[in-house]
Amino acid sequence: MTKYFFRIMICLTAIIPCTKGHAQTDADAIMTNKNQLCNGFLYNYSSWDHYWEGGLKRNNLNLGTVSTQSVMYMANYGITNNLNLIAGLPYVWTKASDGTLAGMKGIQDISAFLKWRFFNHKTGNNSIAVYTVGGFSTPLSNYTPDYQPLSIGLGSTNLTAKAMLDYRYKNFTITGSAAYTWRSNLTIDRDAYYEDNQIHFTDKAEMPDVTNLQLRAGYRSKYLVAEGILNQMTTHGGGDITRNNMPFPSNRMNATSAGVFVKYTIPAFTHLELVGMANYTLDGRNAGQSTSYGGGIFYIFYLSKKSNPAYK
Amino acid sequence: MKKIFWVFCSITTMSLLLSCSKTVNDRTADTGPLLPADADADAGTWKTILLNAPDEIALNAPAPNTTPDYRAEINEIKGWQANLSAADKKIVAYWSAGAVLRWNEIMRELVAKHNLPPYQNEDGTYPVPSAVNPLAYPQFPFANPPYAARAYAYISGAQYDALVAAWHYKQLYGRKAPYTVDSSLQVFGQKTLLPSYPSTEGVIIGAAVEMFKLMFPGDQDYIQQKAEEHKRAAIISGANVRSDVDAGIALGKAVAQKFVSRARVDGTGSAGGNATIWSGLETSTVDKGEMPWYSLELPKRPPMLPLFGKVKPFLFDSATVVALRPGPPPSAYSDVMKKDAEEVLNIVKNASREQLAIVHLWADGAGTVTPPGHWNTIAAEDFIKKNYSEVRWARNMALLNMTMMDAAIVCWETKYYYFNPRPTQMNPAIKTLTGIPNFPAYISGHATFSSAAAVILGHMLPEREQAYEKMAKEASMSRLYGGIHYRTDCEAGYETGAKIGLKAVARAVTDGAE
Repeated sequence: MTKYFFRIMICLTAIIPCTKGHAQTDADAIMTNKNQLCNGFLYNYSSWDHYWEGGLKRNNLNLGTVSTQSVMYMANYGITNNLNLIAGLPYVWTKASDGTLAGMKGIQDISAFLKWRFFNHKTGNNSIAVYTVGGFSTPLSNYTPDYQPLSIGLGSTNLTAKAMLDYRYKNFTITGSAAYTWRSNLTIDRDAYYEDNQIHFTDKAEMPDVTNLQLRAGYRSKYLVAEGILNQMTTHGGGDITRNNMPFPSNRMNATSAGVFVKYTIPAFTHLELVGMANYTLDGRNAGQSTSYGGGIFYIFYLSKKSNPAYK
Repeated sequence: MKKIFWVFCSITTMSLLLSCSKTVNDRTADTGPLLPADADADAGTWKTILLNAPDEIALNAPAPNTTPDYRAEINEIKGWQANLSAADKKIVAYWSAGAVLRWNEIMRELVAKHNLPPYQNEDGTYPVPSAVNPLAYPQFPFANPPYAARAYAYISGAQYDALVAAWHYKQLYGRKAPYTVDSSLQVFGQKTLLPSYPSTEGVIIGAAVEMFKLMFPGDQDYIQQKAEEHKRAAIISGANVRSDVDAGIALGKAVAQKFVSRARVDGTGSAGGNATIWSGLETSTVDKGEMPWYSLELPKRPPMLPLFGKVKPFLFDSATVVALRPGPPPSAYSDVMKKDAEEVLNIVKNASREQLAIVHLWADGAGTVTPPGHWNTIAAEDFIKKNYSEVRWARNMALLNMTMMDAAIVCWETKYYYFNPRPTQMNPAIKTLTGIPNFPAYISGHATFSSAAAVILGHMLPEREQAYEKMAKEASMSRLYGGIHYRTDCEAGYETGAKIGLKAVARAVTDGAE
């Protein structure tokens, strides 16, 4: 057992992207039970008309409103009640409402996460659980990341490790998590670029690593989950967008955002689950002040009788 | 189950380890010391650009190598070499790759830093950078392609003339290099029999510093720091004593003054035009029965350097500029042009990933070294392999950059003579895959720069001629793939550029270096 535990620990020091679109199921403290396969589609619309050029907040008449839409196929499988495998693959398309630049579209990054609840203790109305999440993402198509802000992604292969602590009193919960993402270097189409106050005569770009801190709190019951979310993304390195320049994928992109997440399982038909979310960027650096909305519909296969909550 | 985990663990852990070493190096970072295949000992007789004669700038004879002063200078080198810090070793290694190479890279870096269009004023007008107050926003200069082409040409040209003068004096005074005088000195680089006074590195530093004052007046701290480093590296290297370097710097600066004087009156200062000139371009185009260009930026930005076509070229006179101007593009009201615009629309709508990569490789837009800078990059990385002497490096860079500056002049003269619209102005449905440059379409700057560069580079490196031609064609077509030029812009630009390249070849075969 200890050996098994150790191996899993090694393997979980890996994984998760901070890119557009996904993040719900690897970020929350909700587990899919053993032998359940939850899968479906998530649509997300994100847009901004102001952004931070370094620390300077501005708009850009030659971009107008920049929007990113995505449809992601997601699947979450309960290997055990305490170990879930989550995978996602989004199709993304972007658009600038003004100016002449063409939007981009295509398949973005495939991701896979393992979420493990390795500690779960309940006394009376209180329960506490500790999770670790390890994940991996990588572009599944050869899209160009060096066309910011209209690229469909940042192009790096990412490994994320996350620790999460969840406390529950009756149906009220509070969850905190911290994640670290290693990002691989990028190869761009250009032969040189100017970033972080110097020229780089190479088509390789160093992608600084990223941390994500998240705090969520709300209500969680058998059929309904409703949570408020605070999220902070910090990039550990990279330069600012210089005055009136275009962004570069390795810029120091930071963002603090607030949002809500709701999940509802239809009691009369527990195969169906509806998800809704919204998010707003409060503060940032080299990032758009985005507002995003998303909604999804998921179908749950109960691969064993026991795994169906209606059965219990 | 366990097995799957193990596989997953191994893959992730391994990728994790791999991801630890992320440091990215420049392609030229580890270039070894320049060891010239040929010292070009006779370069003091090569044809200069602005100097009337290689000895036009007087240079005093050096003190004899037997004086106590000279001994002291030798001892200075020994002192440096005995206590080399890691930082000094790094500096020596960096500069030993080639003085012209490194200053060329610095020049490209400053162009990229300054190649940013100013942000608009509150009232929708645009501020103009001021050379008098270069650090105030918008910083001076806005190193757009014509500005950059000119900066590259002047800096390279000044270094070349200064080196020809240096070679002349080296032979005239015949002062032996320190490593010849004292064989116990280490040498970082090559031992040639070339005399060391005035120092090769010194003239290159002097010419560069003086030219950068004019071209990048707000970056003096950076330039001076580089110059100090380079000077130190030159002395540590064992190839020059301090008085060689100082004499070189003084000579380089004096030669550069000739280039500075020319630059001040070459017409660039007034190339931006004014509101009357901008509206005059529009009305005269309408009067000709044509559709005038207008800016597709918001708010509308005045056209970039409309009078750059009147700037004084290096390789021919202004009458030749007009003579090189190609015939008119199809009328914007013609069916031919409508078809051309339709072709652009079809291409951008169906651009392949390969085409997109070509668009971005050659875009060289805001925040980059510009197309002339891109060709400097290409040339420099090829020249490294040739082991040229510094004077040949400078000569080839000067030829390349004078060619591209003149290409900018001819191209801009043509653009503002016809003042025709970009494809997106003809059809707003054309969304572009790179930014639309803020000047008229005909002829393509990229095509003109690239084919001009390819011709002169192909002459210098015949074994690469076809490769350059292929690159130049790709650069030209990248503008069509990106949706910002019609095919005719690219083709006419390509033909015109080649003609300019041939003018440079005509100079190259007679300058004494071949």
